[in-house]
Amino acid sequence: MTAEPRKSDEDSFVSHFVRNLWSANSVTVTFLSAFLAVVIGAILIVVSDSEVLAKFGYFTARPSDALSSSWELITTAYSDLLKGALGDPAAYSAWFSGSGTWQEALAPISETLTYAAPLVFTGLSVALAFRGGLFNIGAQGQAVLGCITAGVVGFSFGLPIVLNLLVALLAGLLGGALWGFIPGILKARTGAHEVITTIMLNYIASLFLSWLVLQKGVQDPERTDAISKAVAESAQLPSFGGVLRVHLGILLALVATVAVAWLLNRSAFGFELRAVGANPHAAETAGISVAKTYALLMAVAGGLAGLGGAVQVLGTAHALTPAVAGNIGFDGLLVALLGRNKPWSTFFAALLFGALRAGGNRMQTFSGISLELVTVLQALIVIFIAAPALVKAIFRLRASRNLRAGVTLAKG
Amino acid sequence: MSTATVEELTEVAAPEPFWTRQRRLGLGLIIFGGLAAVLFGALAPSETARFTLSDDAQGAALSINGQLGAILFGVLAVAAGGVLFAGLAKQYQNLLLSLGILAFVLSFLCWQVAGKFLPLVDTTSGTLQLALPLILGALAGVLGERSGVVNVAIEGQFLMGAFAGALIGTMAGSVWAGLISAAVGGVIIAAILAVLSIRYLVDQTVVGMVLNLFALGITGFLYERLMQPDAAGFNTPPRLPSWSIPGLADIPVIGPVLFQANLLVWLALILVVVIHFGLSRTRWGLRTRAVGEHPTAADTVGIRVRGLRYLNVLLGGVVAGIGGAYFTLVATGSFTKNMTAGAGFIALAALIFGRYSPFGALGAALFFGFAQKLATYLSAVGSPVPSQFLNMLPYIATIIAVAGLVGRVRAPAADGLPYVKG
Amino acid sequence: MANDHIDITVEPGEVHALLGENGAGKSTLMNQLYGLLQADEGQIVVNGEPVTFRSPRDAIAAGIGMVHQHFMLVPVFTVAENIALGHEEVRGGPLGWLDRRRSRRDVIETSKKYGLPVDPDALVEDLPVGAQQRVEIVKALTRDVDLLILDEPTAVLTPQETEELLAVMRSLTEMGKSIVFITHKLKEVKSIADRITVIRRGKVVGTATPDTSEDELASLMVGRAVSLEVAKAPAEPGRNVLKISGLVVDDDRGARAVDGLDLVVRAGEVLGIAGVQGNGQEELVEAIMGLRSVRTGSIELDNEDLSGMSTKQILRSGVGYIPEDRSHDGVVKEFTVAENLVLDMYDRAPYGNAFKLDPAKVTESARERIEQFDIRCQGPETAVGTLSGGNQQKVVVAREMSRPLRLFIASQPTRGVDVGSIEFIHGRIIHERDQGTAVLVVSSELDEVVGLADRVAVMYRGRILAVVSPDTPREEIGLLMAGITGGEEESK
Repeated sequence: MTAEPRKSDEDSFVSHFVRNLWSANSVTVTFLSAFLAVVIGAILIVVSDSEVLAKFGYFTARPSDALSSSWELITTAYSDLLKGALGDPAAYSAWFSGSGTWQEALAPISETLTYAAPLVFTGLSVALAFRGGLFNIGAQGQAVLGCITAGVVGFSFGLPIVLNLLVALLAGLLGGALWGFIPGILKARTGAHEVITTIMLNYIASLFLSWLVLQKGVQDPERTDAISKAVAESAQLPSFGGVLRVHLGILLALVATVAVAWLLNRSAFGFELRAVGANPHAAETAGISVAKTYALLMAVAGGLAGLGGAVQVLGTAHALTPAVAGNIGFDGLLVALLGRNKPWSTFFAALLFGALRAGGNRMQTFSGISLELVTVLQALIVIFIAAPALVKAIFRLRASRNLRAGVTLAKG
Repeated sequence: MSTATVEELTEVAAPEPFWTRQRRLGLGLIIFGGLAAVLFGALAPSETARFTLSDDAQGAALSINGQLGAILFGVLAVAAGGVLFAGLAKQYQNLLLSLGILAFVLSFLCWQVAGKFLPLVDTTSGTLQLALPLILGALAGVLGERSGVVNVAIEGQFLMGAFAGALIGTMAGSVWAGLISAAVGGVIIAAILAVLSIRYLVDQTVVGMVLNLFALGITGFLYERLMQPDAAGFNTPPRLPSWSIPGLADIPVIGPVLFQANLLVWLALILVVVIHFGLSRTRWGLRTRAVGEHPTAADTVGIRVRGLRYLNVLLGGVVAGIGGAYFTLVATGSFTKNMTAGAGFIALAALIFGRYSPFGALGAALFFGFAQKLATYLSAVGSPVPSQFLNMLPYIATIIAVAGLVGRVRAPAADGLPYVKG
Repeated sequence: MANDHIDITVEPGEVHALLGENGAGKSTLMNQLYGLLQADEGQIVVNGEPVTFRSPRDAIAAGIGMVHQHFMLVPVFTVAENIALGHEEVRGGPLGWLDRRRSRRDVIETSKKYGLPVDPDALVEDLPVGAQQRVEIVKALTRDVDLLILDEPTAVLTPQETEELLAVMRSLTEMGKSIVFITHKLKEVKSIADRITVIRRGKVVGTATPDTSEDELASLMVGRAVSLEVAKAPAEPGRNVLKISGLVVDDDRGARAVDGLDLVVRAGEVLGIAGVQGNGQEELVEAIMGLRSVRTGSIELDNEDLSGMSTKQILRSGVGYIPEDRSHDGVVKEFTVAENLVLDMYDRAPYGNAFKLDPAKVTESARERIEQFDIRCQGPETAVGTLSGGNQQKVVVAREMSRPLRLFIASQPTRGVDVGSIEFIHGRIIHERDQGTAVLVVSSELDEVVGLADRVAVMYRGRILAVVSPDTPREEIGLLMAGITGGEEESK
């Protein structure tokens, strides 16, 4: 069918209106998505608890038993989640009354920030690539490479303080950039789809890491399991120490967010990548080299993810293990989706994910609810966010029913 | 009266670029074959390499001097590459390429097996077992992608299938109930994928990746809440029995591998054939391919594009779910967290490497299964070649394939694109 | 809204022409009739029965077939597969085993019956457009349609192929079929239609008979009396600016598209390239712009070889370019008007440098150019996607004409553009010529080429067959477009 050039002025007004409505709603959709995810999480908590389920066995006889124990289970779990993420009110009052320390009160927030720091980098990596029209599933592999290069530099050279840290961070950046450049150049030169190549490179990276940590010179000579030597203290990201694990990484993440926001909106390269992302054909016709943009963009995105890996190793893990990167790359994917590929939204999405993770730890220890629930919540939120029409459909249904009820009442 | 003449045009001669695909392939084979002959030949001890036709060191065997074999097969690979490079035998290009790769692999094996033995039956059946979930997963991908829906959630479908199979299989005490539940588990993920990508037009790759994490989370969560505290009640499913066909099972090598196997092996092989002929010879297949290549054209002749996509994605869910059942009902007999460990992505690789066709997927899955089996064999015999590098093979091969270094892979034209009317 | 309360009636055995400009809403109307789009109100009556078509399935069942402007054929399928698709002959009951022999036979029978030769076993992607169109018509006819909708069927045909198509249409109506013939070409309408409905901006503005004069039809179609002529002074050609010799270029599938082409464009003249779509025009232009690699031959701009240069270098050495497909290659719809106006200059002073942009300067210059080029929009920050086709095209024109040029290339500069914008753009092109720029215009509208050009080069199968004056009779140019040269013999 032909593209009918029929968009007149009234049409542009309509689409303007719709867009405004939409932007006003994106916050609403985010909250409703989180709400839906929490509700589904609550259902999962209940149906997977055999004691409570047993009470549902005689639900018709004494419904209050089942309902109250379900409610208790859910509230305990979620309040543990909140305490683990933001802090325990009891600890805060202990701090203010002098019977506790500020460190203990702030420890949960420190945990949140600690988990969030690498996610900011991987999230920005995915978001930036997205804006250039590339789906960087490879943030995981790039982060792994960042871990490897930063870690190896961190325990190998023994450079003086500050310099050692800088060199290690730079190594992480370059390692990730290399791992991002490969799919970028392949896409640019041969058109190989970056989704496929980055998925494959993720596994190559983690297999390489699991081989590397067992090699002589890398493996901790005092250990037989798969763990490397520890990163020299001069190459570690400074932190408060003690229960406060939070380190300089979160500040670096802030700087990275500022940098990416500038890059996207104010730099020539940002203009190029946004043009290529929105319409590569028009960009090419206007003289922007799509191939160069893809290759460079993937290298930059890879560098960001690599920094995320470096922050993980130099800030938190302090040694390489096969699982040192955890899931930060894949979580970064969710973070970017939640942040709708905008730098600052991505930053806050990473904070939210860090909070969920920190809270999940406490929930696991105190309520015995497995940490995996957090993964489920995160995935659900993003699914709902990605399909705003679905969320609207779910809630609009109720709204329209209310409307009808209102009409009936008026008639009566 | 004018005598008009239609211009007869013959094409102007333009020089062919020197580096044709065939030349590049040939050069690659020459280099790798040369490396094999020199390196493997030098490293291989001059001892006999025995390839026994059994499960162990016993019985008849194919034997060759390891060093000689390594050099011989390396030279063969170089020869195949040389023919390609010289620009000869263009019509046999793929055959020569396969021959060259096979020779390279054999050269490698001669080096590794020299002074030892490689049990062929064990290797072949191990390959088939490892390839089994890959075949099923790749077939699930074929169903979705040929109708235009990218499925990167094979991993998630595996996990749900494996989990549901173990859970319901244990609770019902029946392996068949487990198998059916595994299919249902795969369908659940497929259904979410289908609704979100077809109805709500969410990017298919995004949905797929998120669903992988969702499946990882939910199976892990329920595993810790249900299965770990009460393994007997929730996580000891019965295993699928092995059947052997009398007579056929006695054929050397092939017999024990193919005719003394569990149901899933036959199911997978039958599905390959069924889907192949289904796609190429039936009304369903013609319409599926049309919807994957040019959905608007299909719509204009009255085909329900979205309906057909739903159907195929859900069918894919059934197949992938059964593939997931392999992990719990065949391989191990219990579920553990993240037990598929990326097999879904190797299946995806097999799908792409196999060029979105059922038989291609079968071949790729077998090749990847062989690489994995070889990796375990090599680490068992203490080879200096790290198993991690062999395990990388499927991923590297797929990158090479999609980059078009060895024949470009062409996806269905509308793959990944949601269909919006008008 | 694309269509606003349109009423049309088609009688059995007649050709009913639907005449309207590009974008008047003809295709939308027919897609509604064919069930691809749903109308907001109104009804369709077939043989006296009111019907609702929720999908093409219903339309086909009611005896309606359609040949779309962009063919609805699966390129990797054979002709027989494409024709069978949707109403396949099958055996084996629920298995649905394809009966390929019967499908082939059906194709051959239909093709014989209506005199439309097609090869059932050929792959569609290997067929030339004329043959693909025959496949589309056969596809509709095998479904026993009573009413056949042809959407701009002649856009891709040579004048001679068009004649053949019109003959097929006549024989179809003789067999009792009705035809809705959608077009914007007046001559064809006059020669074939029994009745004419003229549509403008989604409304029926009049009905006419074939006796109506072309001028009258044209003014109905565009709403006011228009001159198809472009007002311009005689050209004063100068030096050779663009010199192409022996150019060979391949298309996306690796087939030869430009085949040893020679061409010269001089300063201060408009060279128009006439030709049926798909004879290598697109590839030629892309090769000049560095968007497609050159197999052999040379492209020289003032004796400097352009082949091997990047598109950016070419643009910056004084070449302006309006691409054929505006929404695909011309604008970034998500970008603002201001951003689109600097799409090729964002990293140059005053808009920025290699590292950063100067948004204030970009906006400021956008304001000026919106004024200067009469771009109707709410301001520099409006997304281009919300503008009308004509205004989007003006954004492209403004962008490409805002710097000193030596060569200006316009490919289908007024496709899908309203009449007001067409006049404006044509005026701009002539203005550019009068500044001493060499101008190359490619258009599948012969009227546009003849109206703008000082010299007309006819392109056929990747070569320039002849360069003629715009005053040459249309018939002669038409024959050249079909690859028929007979000039010398005639002069005997």
